[in-house]
Amino acid sequence: MRFLRRFRIRFSNFVTRRSADQRLQEEIAEHLAFQAEENVRAGMAPAEARRQAALKLGPVEAIRERHHAEQSIPFFENLLFDLRYAIRMVLKSPGFSVIAIGTMALGIGATTAIYSVIDATLLHPLPYPNPAELVRVQDDLPGVGAHGVGISIPEWRDLQASGIFQSVALTGTGANVNLTGSEQPLRLSFKQVTPNYFAVLGVSAQLGRTFDPNDPTPGYNLEVVISDGLWRKEFGADPQMIGRVLRLDNDAYRVVGIMPRGFRDQGSTSDEQNVDLWLGAGFTGLPFRPPQRDLRLASRAVIARLKPGLSIAAAQGHLDALVDTLKKQYPADYPAQTAWTVRLIPLTETVVGSIRSSLILLFGAVGLVLLISCVNVANLLLARASGRGREIAVRQALGAQRTRLIRQFLAESLLLFVLGGIAGVAILFSAQHFLLRLIPESLPHLNNISINWGVLVFAVAVSVVTGTVFGLAPAWLMSRFDLIGTLRQEGRGSSGSRERARARQTLVISELALSLVLLIAAGLLLRSFWDLFKVQPGFNPNRVMAIQTWLPGPNDPSADIYRSATQEAVLLREILRRSRTLPGVEEAAVGDEAALPLGHGQPGRLPLIREGIETKDNEAPVINSPIVSPEYFHLLSVPLLRGRLFNDQDLEETPQVAVINQAAALTYWPNQDPLGKRVRLRLDGRDRRASSTPPWTTIIGVIADARTESLADAAIPQIYRSIYQRPAKDLAIFLRGQLDPSAISSQMRTQIQSIDPELPVFHGETLDEVLSESLSVRRFSMEMVAFFAATALLLAGLGIYGTISYVVNEQRREIAIRLALGAQKAMILRMVLRRGAGLAAAGTGLGIAGALIVSHLMSGLLYGVSPTDLPTFAGFTVVLTAVALAASYIPALRAMRFDPITTLHSE
Amino acid sequence: MKEKPDVLQGTLALMVLKTLDVLEPQHGWGIARRIEQISGDLLAVNQGTLYPLLLRLEHEGSIASEWGVSENKRRARFYRLTAAGRKQLQAETRDWEQTAAIIARFFNVKAEDLS
Amino acid sequence: MDKNMQHRANVLQGTLDMLILRTLVYGAAHGREIGKYIQRTTNDFLQMQHGSLYPALHRLEKKGWIVSKWETAPDRNREFKYYRLTEKGKKQLVIEESQWKQMAEAVARVMWPAGEES
Repeated sequence: MRFLRRFRIRFSNFVTRRSADQRLQEEIAEHLAFQAEENVRAGMAPAEARRQAALKLGPVEAIRERHHAEQSIPFFENLLFDLRYAIRMVLKSPGFSVIAIGTMALGIGATTAIYSVIDATLLHPLPYPNPAELVRVQDDLPGVGAHGVGISIPEWRDLQASGIFQSVALTGTGANVNLTGSEQPLRLSFKQVTPNYFAVLGVSAQLGRTFDPNDPTPGYNLEVVISDGLWRKEFGADPQMIGRVLRLDNDAYRVVGIMPRGFRDQGSTSDEQNVDLWLGAGFTGLPFRPPQRDLRLASRAVIARLKPGLSIAAAQGHLDALVDTLKKQYPADYPAQTAWTVRLIPLTETVVGSIRSSLILLFGAVGLVLLISCVNVANLLLARASGRGREIAVRQALGAQRTRLIRQFLAESLLLFVLGGIAGVAILFSAQHFLLRLIPESLPHLNNISINWGVLVFAVAVSVVTGTVFGLAPAWLMSRFDLIGTLRQEGRGSSGSRERARARQTLVISELALSLVLLIAAGLLLRSFWDLFKVQPGFNPNRVMAIQTWLPGPNDPSADIYRSATQEAVLLREILRRSRTLPGVEEAAVGDEAALPLGHGQPGRLPLIREGIETKDNEAPVINSPIVSPEYFHLLSVPLLRGRLFNDQDLEETPQVAVINQAAALTYWPNQDPLGKRVRLRLDGRDRRASSTPPWTTIIGVIADARTESLADAAIPQIYRSIYQRPAKDLAIFLRGQLDPSAISSQMRTQIQSIDPELPVFHGETLDEVLSESLSVRRFSMEMVAFFAATALLLAGLGIYGTISYVVNEQRREIAIRLALGAQKAMILRMVLRRGAGLAAAGTGLGIAGALIVSHLMSGLLYGVSPTDLPTFAGFTVVLTAVALAASYIPALRAMRFDPITTLHSE
Repeated sequence: MKEKPDVLQGTLALMVLKTLDVLEPQHGWGIARRIEQISGDLLAVNQGTLYPLLLRLEHEGSIASEWGVSENKRRARFYRLTAAGRKQLQAETRDWEQTAAIIARFFNVKAEDLS
Repeated sequence: MDKNMQHRANVLQGTLDMLILRTLVYGAAHGREIGKYIQRTTNDFLQMQHGSLYPALHRLEKKGWIVSKWETAPDRNREFKYYRLTEKGKKQLVIEESQWKQMAEAVARVMWPAGEES
């Protein structure tokens, strides 16, 4: 009861505190007046009477504080009080506040932006329930240097029965399929998956159902699950969609379900994540080959969900035991020299693996910008402290406790930082559409990058933590005013101010050092990017365009009108003939998607069986094997080194021939002449005639290496075959000439569809675009780091400018005296500049040390430039020093113009 | 600042109530002066603590206040006891007497009483 | 009644340091003895809770007014922490006693102004 009553009183005081406080002050004033009056009556002079009255009453500020502490809820009370004080102070100097808030908005906004990307990619890469249970199963043959060789159906069954997994799903890696029967044939990205695929991911359909996990159909079950995007875009979100039949590559599939909005397929390429159709398949019956233990499906991915509670390490242990048993059981299928292993990789890893280091670099860079922003604001706060020396001293004299002062300054800096954070997030929010466009499409992310609650919490946490950390030091130093000295001399030359000056110089030095680290990092990235951009790719992308089409591959081979190379050749020759008639076209060639330099997804990798070396494909290394028409090499200006290229006489019925690149020659036939050597390329599951042994293929030529896989990789082995001998479904038509990119796609479409109206034509782009797209993640991180570095440079410049101005201001008396004593203006200038140079030297020294560490950490991201690249280090050190000196020059000029007389008089 | 603010608070409240009982209505300075005049040689009364106490007592309903004009024509807030305040004064007086007696006895205890 | 007791206890609580010092004038005692003694002598008005006694003892020890030492109780077979008054503590007790008397006198003068002469 008593407690409640007290609380009620306290609470009502809390609410009405303002009036109570006012009253208290009024009455104290009244009291002082009474007392003073009496003192006068007792014969004192009026001023002395007032002084004695005040002395007798005691410290007013302390009385008020104690009254508040006692009468209300002290924490909230003080918080509100401090907050009000902070708001007053912030409003009192709007210029200062705007700069501080703006700086923090920049720092926190940029950090939050990068965090939102990291949140969607690294932190929550898999938008599926219990993502930690999801793994990718990868088969390697380290004995023959082959990785990711794929899994055979019997092995898949072994995994299913192993007791390690809740479920194991097989998937294709994503491919194209033609949707026909609508207005315009569409090429869509599809994925063949075992019926338990969605059960493994743990996602159900928003409408209809996913596949029955126990569906025993050996081949395609003729059911399709479609994406929300496709449903809305092509079918107008038709609620009657379930049960409709889609014609995909001339086969009829029944729509059984629509995945929820935002569901994206897992996969490391953007192609895979844009899958619109999922086809259920058992992978064991037509059109797939009958299961065979030594028949690996290299283009299949295996994803599995571990038994709950089983760690990856433990599961790997069980799996290794299983692998050993299988090796003993089937020695013929698992030759010892191949050293077959099966690895479990967290699915997260396969999604984010390639970009992790780039993103961490970005986060590090933005962290440095944040740090510099904080240092800058701390510096500003300290600078202002000198201007407020008197106020602080007076408050102390009135009995304000030091902890109270610290808390108030802290509240002030917290308010600035939080306002900065709010401003930063607000800017981010309003600019997010623009900013999201900066993020390259090839950046793998299954989640939408957005400003969600987690990101907001991050922003708030960053604001509060930085505000506390960077507000505390200035608050501490500000509260340490030498009372008497300050009141007497307005803070000049007192010990507190010297301490603050030292703190400010430390801050500026660290700012310069951090900026230099960022500048050098950005410089190295820029040079790497530039080197890559300028690298000779080994093919000539200029004036080349690639336009894609897709030939249907119905499940029943006899229904395929482009079944054999001869049948397809008719179509291809006609397409090429018509292409050459298009305006501007000088050359035309055709190839499969793997032949599209830098623009393809997963390359088609086939086991390479060399005559006399390997006998089975599971002992064989895998090799990229694009399929091209004879004109391809000339069109891309890839030179022939030895032997011959394909010609029009290499046909389906003539002996199979292949062209390899230099890297393949050196890798697979070291110190031998590869010409005339024979190889077998095992074919993948979609090939229907693969029951027999594939024919021997003779190497007829060696071409120069080209960077067709990645600009950073000089040479990856390739084996090319002629499209007139090996039919391909995923076609790219290459055109070279004076082309009009905006018109050529539709011209091409008209031509192709006048041959076969069922063929979709899509993705027309110039090779220059493809090439530039392949660098997009690098470009993104380079641009971002460069932007951050520029920001850092600006902030550091402002920081050193502020500090030198302050120093000059502090020394204006000294400078004035020197000038009065006849010192040369140039000498004054030198004196101030020396100050700036000293700071710059200390900052750059530290910065170089830091940059050396950072550049070594990021050496994996560099290309063609050493982490200790001297020009970069030297160049940016000079730039930073120049900026520092320029920033010192302005206050130095001001110092030079001091008029000794006025300056000394004003003191 | 004070090691025993409770004692001081408790007794100061008592003295304020008693002063108002004798001299009501009275303004803050008047109360302070009266207490100081009577007990000043014995007790250092911190005048500053008086006003927060007056505020508190008014909040608790023991005293009431209104603006008035003092003998030397100054505007001032005058306090008086309420009925509740009078009751509280009686109770607290009794308490004080008992407390004082207890402490006095404490000081008079002989060594042999300690067992 | 209840409320009044509480009120008085508050005043007494403020004098707790003094009461403890006073209790130790006649020799060392352990915490429980001190508590029991104060409780008995104040007619149970001052409920000795560990919550207030031990912090007070600790405070006094820090100020150097009392010292403590683990000793075996004469009649029992276990150790107690015995508190003992220091020289400084004795002086402090004299100061507090006279302060209390002064204050009591001051209050008395305000309360019974008519009896000033008595």
